[in-house]
Amino acid sequence: MNINERVLKNDERVALRLRDLYRTYGYHQYKMSKFEEYDLYARNKDFLVSDNVITFTDTNGKLMALKPDVTLSIVKNTKDEEGLHKVYYDENVYRISGSSRAYREIMQTGLECIGDIDDYAVTEVLMLAAESLARISDDFVLDISQLDVVSAVIDEMGVSEETRAALLQAVGEKNLHGIRALCENAETLCRLVTLQGAPQRVIGELRELLVGSGALAIVERFAHIVEALRVVGYGDKIRIDFSVIDDMNYYNGIVFKGFVNGVPAGVLSGGQYDKLMNKMGKRSGAIGFAVYLDLLERLYESDRTYDVDVLLLYEQSVALEQLLAAAKSIEEGGESVMVCKSDAGTLRYKRLVKLTAGGNA
Amino acid sequence: MLNVALPKGRLGEKVYAMFEAAGFECPSIKEQNRKLIFENEEIGVRYFWVKPSDVAIYVERGAADIGVAGKDILLEYEPDIYELFDLDIGKCRMAVAAKNDFRDDPQKTLRVATKFSNIARNYYASKGRDIDIIHLNGSIEIAPILGLSDVIVDIVETGTTLKENNLSVFETIVPISARLIANKASYKFKSEPIEAILQSLARMAKEQK
Repeated sequence: MNINERVLKNDERVALRLRDLYRTYGYHQYKMSKFEEYDLYARNKDFLVSDNVITFTDTNGKLMALKPDVTLSIVKNTKDEEGLHKVYYDENVYRISGSSRAYREIMQTGLECIGDIDDYAVTEVLMLAAESLARISDDFVLDISQLDVVSAVIDEMGVSEETRAALLQAVGEKNLHGIRALCENAETLCRLVTLQGAPQRVIGELRELLVGSGALAIVERFAHIVEALRVVGYGDKIRIDFSVIDDMNYYNGIVFKGFVNGVPAGVLSGGQYDKLMNKMGKRSGAIGFAVYLDLLERLYESDRTYDVDVLLLYEQSVALEQLLAAAKSIEEGGESVMVCKSDAGTLRYKRLVKLTAGGNA
Repeated sequence: MLNVALPKGRLGEKVYAMFEAAGFECPSIKEQNRKLIFENEEIGVRYFWVKPSDVAIYVERGAADIGVAGKDILLEYEPDIYELFDLDIGKCRMAVAAKNDFRDDPQKTLRVATKFSNIARNYYASKGRDIDIIHLNGSIEIAPILGLSDVIVDIVETGTTLKENNLSVFETIVPISARLIANKASYKFKSEPIEAILQSLARMAKEQK
């Protein structure tokens, strides 16, 4: 049976396309229960986007939660093994979303690559992130940052933990006046945050900016990865932007955020989280990302001018088989049909067919 | 088309004057009428006036690409936006005020009346002080006078209202001024006009100094 893509909602359509993409690259679907022990989230509270979790007591008295996040569950259930463990997921999560301050069910899809992470693994995940965005819209941007560079620059400023946290927040807001107000010798950091444009040019400026700094070696590896992405054709979609910041207690190395034109917030977010692995007692490295499908609801103009193509009205005296045959012939002609006895006036249709006992009227 | 949310009122008019001087004029905005949205198609900019405390919402949700909001609003609502520039106007401070003869008794829970619950909560949490927040929507100054609260957390510009009511500032929490903010996604896809405005405003600020 052929299924017309138009019956799918935006998030469903994108979810199918992404699933197809991840399978092609050897990722296996990870299926999980809707519930998870609350303890897991309590121990890693800061990793979650929002602190609030829906909890309930299970029949055996254990405190459970409707999962607000998928990554933690995957990490928990992954063993330290040789090689790479590549999984993708397509799950509903429950968390507080946006300014409404209320719980919502959010459809989320994404992938995790866990194990012995090398530059290829990082580059592949970045490529899949870019390709995921491309399957949502042609007009997209993938912002990539390298947290170790930001971290090294801040380390060299020699500030207190408190100032460091405030500086990181200001970096995330591209808030230069805020950075300068916090710290006097902040010019390198300010320049780092303002660097933008074509990746090649930015890398050049980065080398100049960080001359003599310990971060230069990291920049070289970073440059290598970005160059590989450019060669495979994502050059004009990738931007280096050091304002992409994630909690440094969990994330390290490369982090990234994806935007598509028409959606006011980032639709894709991810990065390397070796530190989370570490916290959970695993030796492996890890990198992954999530796509927030709920944000795509308003992205595409939907064709909702008509509720139905044909409205078929009939009189009581029309024979049943005649009515059914008429409806069937419209359906076979490729149009949608709604059969009613009377028009309530609320339905928008392209054409109207009236069936009377004698035939069409 | 670049959508700009301006805060209604005196501050907004000042801000528009700055945008105009920076080369993003929209003459129709000065006409006396009841229109809500003003457009200059030639340079591709559209202005609209909204309640000052709503600017951050318009920008965070992408209805406006950029806007101007007070730092007080940004601290209170903590929107996920870029804070690109300090316009250095609309200057005042967020402060703790109380009756002139007020003495803090650390053994009691401090009753705090404010419009800015989030700011007050964060401030006292950072000091480890237990407080009871009384959220009010206006005329905050009356609360300590009537004994509704011990102190207030509010914006103080000149301090005249406080003085006339026998109140005074005890602590300054943070200095406030108007900030240019941008929606994160708009900044990616409309970076050219946003950067142009940012550069012009920065240049003007430098010249004034």
